[in-house]
Amino acid sequence: MSRYFTEDHEWIDVDGDIGTVGISDYAQGQLGDIVFVEVPDDGRQIAKGDEAAVVESVKAASDVYAPVSGIVLEGNPALVDDPSLVNSDPEGEGWFFKITLSDTAELDELMDETAYAAFVAKL
Amino acid sequence: MMSDTLPDDELEPIEILTLPLDAWHRAKGGRMVEFAGYHMPVQYDGIMAEHLWTREHAGLFDVSHMGQLTFTGEGVVPALEALMPADIAGLTLNRARYSLLLDDAGGILDDLMLTRQADEQVYMVVNGATKYDDIGHMIERLPEEVTLNLMEDHALLAVQGPKAVDALARLIPGVENMVFMQAGAFDWNGHPLWISRSGYTGEDGFEMSVSGDAAEALADALVAQPEVKPIGLGARDSLRLEAGLPLYGHDLDPTTTPVMADLGFALFKRRRETADFPGAARILAEREAGAETKRVGLLVDGRQPVREGATVVDAAGTAIGRVTSGGFAPSVGAPIAMAYVPAALAAPGTVVQLSQRGKVHQATVTAMPFVPHRYFRGVK
Repeated sequence: MSRYFTEDHEWIDVDGDIGTVGISDYAQGQLGDIVFVEVPDDGRQIAKGDEAAVVESVKAASDVYAPVSGIVLEGNPALVDDPSLVNSDPEGEGWFFKITLSDTAELDELMDETAYAAFVAKL
Repeated sequence: MMSDTLPDDELEPIEILTLPLDAWHRAKGGRMVEFAGYHMPVQYDGIMAEHLWTREHAGLFDVSHMGQLTFTGEGVVPALEALMPADIAGLTLNRARYSLLLDDAGGILDDLMLTRQADEQVYMVVNGATKYDDIGHMIERLPEEVTLNLMEDHALLAVQGPKAVDALARLIPGVENMVFMQAGAFDWNGHPLWISRSGYTGEDGFEMSVSGDAAEALADALVAQPEVKPIGLGARDSLRLEAGLPLYGHDLDPTTTPVMADLGFALFKRRRETADFPGAARILAEREAGAETKRVGLLVDGRQPVREGATVVDAAGTAIGRVTSGGFAPSVGAPIAMAYVPAALAAPGTVVQLSQRGKVHQATVTAMPFVPHRYFRGVK
């Protein structure tokens, strides 16, 4: 399984053609206390770069963009009751949604962990 | 490609100014943002933790961006009364009052706190973002005998929360004897302080005017008290929202009047009778007949915050009002908001629809504050 990152601070774990998407630890730290998450509906077709989810902190609302194109398999039901999972475990239990990738070649445009760490270090 | 832009060398960036505690905030881990033209800390540990700490213990807030003004000279009281609906002549020395700077149409130019320090001396605290406009407005209207002094060399610190009195009285004995909206001169290690028992969180607490040179030492002494942690602007906003207190530039502006803003308590009886403050005819008519729109508190259904900029809509989706502040309320555990709604929808219990980014949310008008005030009004 490989993990990729976007410049908008989403991560995606890919296993075959199934991806799990969330926001990075850096992103949750910048947002602060998360109080609400809206995940996409099952079966929704989304294109890379589309607004796929909404995350709201005490301060502000932010969009989460789809790192790849595909069809949403499921949103993370745990975030409805406990959005703070995004703060406590952003790159684990705080995942946002799973997606069936329509074009795995899109992953080539994303950063790996090392490249993302270097990207964040410059911010 | 744009062809009508100015050459780079003609664009002068507006300098963001620093306040006396700038380095102190950075050393304490404050995340600095631009606010009202200054670098200010938005948070340290996190807004939620800071908010809840203040409600439970005590928080130290740096509000040095605000304008501290002193007015002196013969006739200062009637001169200031001509600009606002406060009864300053009837104000006991060392008592603070909330008031509103009004334009000739009764629109709100700023909200402020004033204290009568002597017969012919008034201390005033105005909002940071509006202070230079306020000064311009007032200088134009004040007689020559009145001097206005902007205390630019002074910082303003607030310590707020149920334990604020314990912490501050340990450093400055005597503050515990004041009641809400009482003020006085104190000394701390040879530094003169002007302290009032007031604040912007709904909790008991104090606001301290201190020379910029002594601000860092005072802040250090305050956070050395076990009850006190530094708190950023983020929690200041969520605390004041829960307390039902309006924020100028958001919940108040020149298109709103004291009656629309539900600040009728700022219209003092003597001033209503003499009807000689700016916009008095309109404001007093609104007070009799009710204003067309009114600022109300809203409890929002669900968990998603509805924020400033959302619209209040009717069944057909037509905009009939606007949300002026909103967010997740840590002590309530739910999203809350303030909005201007038509008078017919202003009664507590009324259900309204709010539209935000293409989604409609339901909310219920509720009496403010959302969290009860806990001001110290004396021993019963």
